[in-house]
Amino acid sequence: MNNNFYIKSSVSIKKHKIVLDETEVFSSATDGFTAFSKEAYKNFEINYPKFFKMDNLSKLAFLGADLLLKKQGLNATDNDIALILANKSSSLDTDATYQETIADKENYFPSPAVFVYTLPNICIGEISIKHKLYAENSFFIFEDFNPKFLKEYSEFLIQSKKTTQVLWGWVEYFKKDYQATMYLISKEGKQVHSLENITKIYTQ
Amino acid sequence: MDNLKLELKTKIIETLNLEDLSVEEIADNDPLFGDGLGLDSIDALELIVLMDKDYGIKLTDPKEGKSIFQSIQTMATYIEQNRTK
Repeated sequence: MNNNFYIKSSVSIKKHKIVLDETEVFSSATDGFTAFSKEAYKNFEINYPKFFKMDNLSKLAFLGADLLLKKQGLNATDNDIALILANKSSSLDTDATYQETIADKENYFPSPAVFVYTLPNICIGEISIKHKLYAENSFFIFEDFNPKFLKEYSEFLIQSKKTTQVLWGWVEYFKKDYQATMYLISKEGKQVHSLENITKIYTQ
Repeated sequence: MDNLKLELKTKIIETLNLEDLSVEEIADNDPLFGDGLGLDSIDALELIVLMDKDYGIKLTDPKEGKSIFQSIQTMATYIEQNRTK
């Protein structure tokens, strides 16, 4: 049954390096993820000003998804792509930033722009808005990278005809440590959607 | 007044993360919402926080906001007349 599903395209973002379909397409020696993501944004001519309003988790997921989906050359009607993302730290990094704005009763100015990102699934919304995706979506939180569950869940979505493709991703950001491993699963492709291949992309 | 308008433009770019805009590109009478700077509803809330935090102005009536946040010019005029810090 596993052999019916394939990894159509994959992207990895970590340690200031972006690898798309096993080829390094961008790297930077800049300091910090915010500066790195800005350089990547400019390098790939993303031209979507709302990017700069996103928190770092959303920027990370958005960058990965944008590179993957643009490579597919999708048109406006290709929106039957489910989004299944997961991580370990949820939106904790942004939660802490928001908490700082409400910690001091004498200087109590809660930021609405930070507050909107205190849910991890907001990054799914950001991707869906940009790429007009209307299919199923979910954001899971696990103790650790959990390819088995995510593989089975994604394949089930295609098998049960809920969607024809799944954009799958592990998108983790906490205290300046980050990693995005994302790929497109479909019934067509060359690389078999196996636990072995998923782990290979995750660790590359 | 000119200093206040310049200060507002700088603060708005910084607070609302308008990375693709510079102070010089914002005219005093450009609409802040809609076809002007294209700010959204979350930006409006951030502007309300900015008024409170930096100028000691608490806006409680949403109808008031509509006229105050029309442009940099209307914001600066309101701040000059109502600021407590």
